[in-house]
Amino acid sequence: MIGTVVRSAWIALRRDRAAVALSFVVPIVFFSIFALMFGGGQKSGVPRVDLIVVDEDGSEISRRLLAALAAEPALRPRAAPRARPGAPPAPLYDRAAAEAAVRAGEVPLALVVPRGFGDRPLTFARGAEGTPSLLLLADRADPIAPQVVQGLVQKVSFSALGDLFLAGGLEALDSWGAEFTGAQRERFDQMVAFLREQGGLRARSQEGADGAGMPIPVEVRDLTGEGKKSPLVTFYALGLGVMFLLFSAAGAGGALIEERESGTLDRLLSTRLTMGRLLTGKLLFLTSMGLAQITVMFVWGQLVFGVDLVGHLPGFLLMATTTALAASAFGLVLAAVCRTRKQLVAVSNLVILSISALGGSMFPRFLMPEAIQKVSLAAFNSWALEGFLDVFWREEAFHAALPEAAVLVLWAAVFFALALKIARGWERV
Amino acid sequence: MPAVEIRSLAKSFGALRALDGVDLELARGEVLGLLGPNGAGKSTLVRSLIGRVRPDRGTIRLFGRDADAPGARDVIGYVPQEIALYPHLTPRENLAAFGRFQGLEGDALALAVERGLAFASLADRAHEPIESFSGGMKRRLNLAAGIPHAPRLVLLDEPTVGVDPQSRERIYGMIGELRAGGAAILYTTHYMEEAERLCDRVAVIDHGRVIAVGTRDELVRSTVGGGKELILDAVEAFPAEAATALAAEGALVERRRLRLATAAAPASAVARVLALCERHGVAVADLHLESPTLQSVFLHLTGRELRE
Repeated sequence: MIGTVVRSAWIALRRDRAAVALSFVVPIVFFSIFALMFGGGQKSGVPRVDLIVVDEDGSEISRRLLAALAAEPALRPRAAPRARPGAPPAPLYDRAAAEAAVRAGEVPLALVVPRGFGDRPLTFARGAEGTPSLLLLADRADPIAPQVVQGLVQKVSFSALGDLFLAGGLEALDSWGAEFTGAQRERFDQMVAFLREQGGLRARSQEGADGAGMPIPVEVRDLTGEGKKSPLVTFYALGLGVMFLLFSAAGAGGALIEERESGTLDRLLSTRLTMGRLLTGKLLFLTSMGLAQITVMFVWGQLVFGVDLVGHLPGFLLMATTTALAASAFGLVLAAVCRTRKQLVAVSNLVILSISALGGSMFPRFLMPEAIQKVSLAAFNSWALEGFLDVFWREEAFHAALPEAAVLVLWAAVFFALALKIARGWERV
Repeated sequence: MPAVEIRSLAKSFGALRALDGVDLELARGEVLGLLGPNGAGKSTLVRSLIGRVRPDRGTIRLFGRDADAPGARDVIGYVPQEIALYPHLTPRENLAAFGRFQGLEGDALALAVERGLAFASLADRAHEPIESFSGGMKRRLNLAAGIPHAPRLVLLDEPTVGVDPQSRERIYGMIGELRAGGAAILYTTHYMEEAERLCDRVAVIDHGRVIAVGTRDELVRSTVGGGKELILDAVEAFPAEAATALAAEGALVERRRLRLATAAAPASAVARVLALCERHGVAVADLHLESPTLQSVFLHLTGRELRE
């Protein structure tokens, strides 16, 4: 009897293609996407961090430190904006330009070596007092990158500035009353010279200090999270909000399938209502519903979690409307492609979860390998997230999100045209 | 100029010929019954009329205009077999929605809604969502929602399926009102008694072709004849030899039942059949004479019961 239950269930599963897809294809697709994001695309397990470097000090020591950082495989530092082929090289970043680039989301981090750093680079032996800190300007949307850079600064300090450590150590021993003979001093000087010389050669070493103890002080300034009560909540509210809109639009778009199955569509299309008008009506309904849903979600976020909705209202309305529009048009495509509700559930789960992962709803796009970041631009929701991040995270003015909003409107037009083309296929058989 | 004029209409879905050269006319103010077993082509024909099926060939004219001409189908009121209504809306809201879809606005719409509520006998439930309504109430509203614009041509697709006798009578009354208002009605049904009761003429459709059209009496005369029909039930199924011999007399033999149109001389037909039964050892369980019905006509024309 139990065997019959098992057998019937397997037969039913096998004959239900949607269920088969959900059961087997979704896990495979997800595994593949996440594997590509976090390892498949790179030899190293750690993604490379884009970093702007600003050398205000210009000393030999600051140059040695930055050269050692440049040799680190986990970093991709640049001192000037990338010039177009054939164009003259762009001027070096200064502190203000670097800050603007981080705020704009071009890079997650900028490292500023302040004037005077080369005179007193190490806290070692002399204490932190009077040692100018390196300044790390950070976009806290990426919580990992600042820690990676801090660690690497400490690591390369041992390899690239080893002579300074030794010299500092001797100076400290001197100050504590240690008596060195002339021969000992000469030998120490040779070792300092050797370490200075070797510093550059050993910069590529994978072994070394992990930054603990912070012999080079690094001050991290969170540019994008400044003034936010709950920066991470804001980030995830955006990611989840966009994903939620997609699911909501796909589910509500399923009303079209129900109308087709119930015969209501036959009746509707026997009236003066055309398929174009019907889908336009559905699109407007879905968009207004999506806008209402995400508004309610953010109002709740403001009341309970301190997400600053009121302070970003114009940008929010721009991005929420265009995102809801694009998501609704996308939902109509899914509803037009699928023949039954069951199919719609299977297809929308597969597609929406995939593009949400790819588009950055689950993990920030800048944590993904560069190739995947480029591919993710094909997921229209990545534009929605970028626009929301411009407004809420990078605190940019309303018009900064206009390009993303424009792209979303374009996506909406493409999706709507596609949905209409498919739906017209079954309007008259 | 007829309300509907269909000529040589054909439509195939892959290898299936759903319509195979249909010719049919529906006069103004006439009620034409469309009878046919499942898969005969009724739905394809109706869906061609409302424009949801694109025929491979043939023409449809509505009140003299090509059906595909702009606005030509505005004269149609379509009532699908399914309850094609919005379940969360009230009768008033449903009627208003479908009225707007038919292009009505303002006073004309308000008037159509009131008329529809009265027509469906739902004025006292006008403000309740219809999801909790009985099947009969939904059917009545389903019919009313198809005609807010007072169409000159009404397509009714099995409008009484699954309703209780009381609601069915009310729907018959509604159809009578439509007819009295001068609308031409194409009435698709499985129920012979409905066709006999409501329709001026009946078209029998099978395998995508209209195989007979006429009034009930015309169809009876041209198929089973004007006389009585002999019905004989055997105790067991007819042996093959007996079936062959009886078929030679013009009888339709189906397992244990025999039907024979007796024309003007039922007594001699009864005698001949009984003699053949005795000769072939067929034990008779029951024998009676019936006036022919559309059921007999349908069986004669298609060799099948309508419900097959």
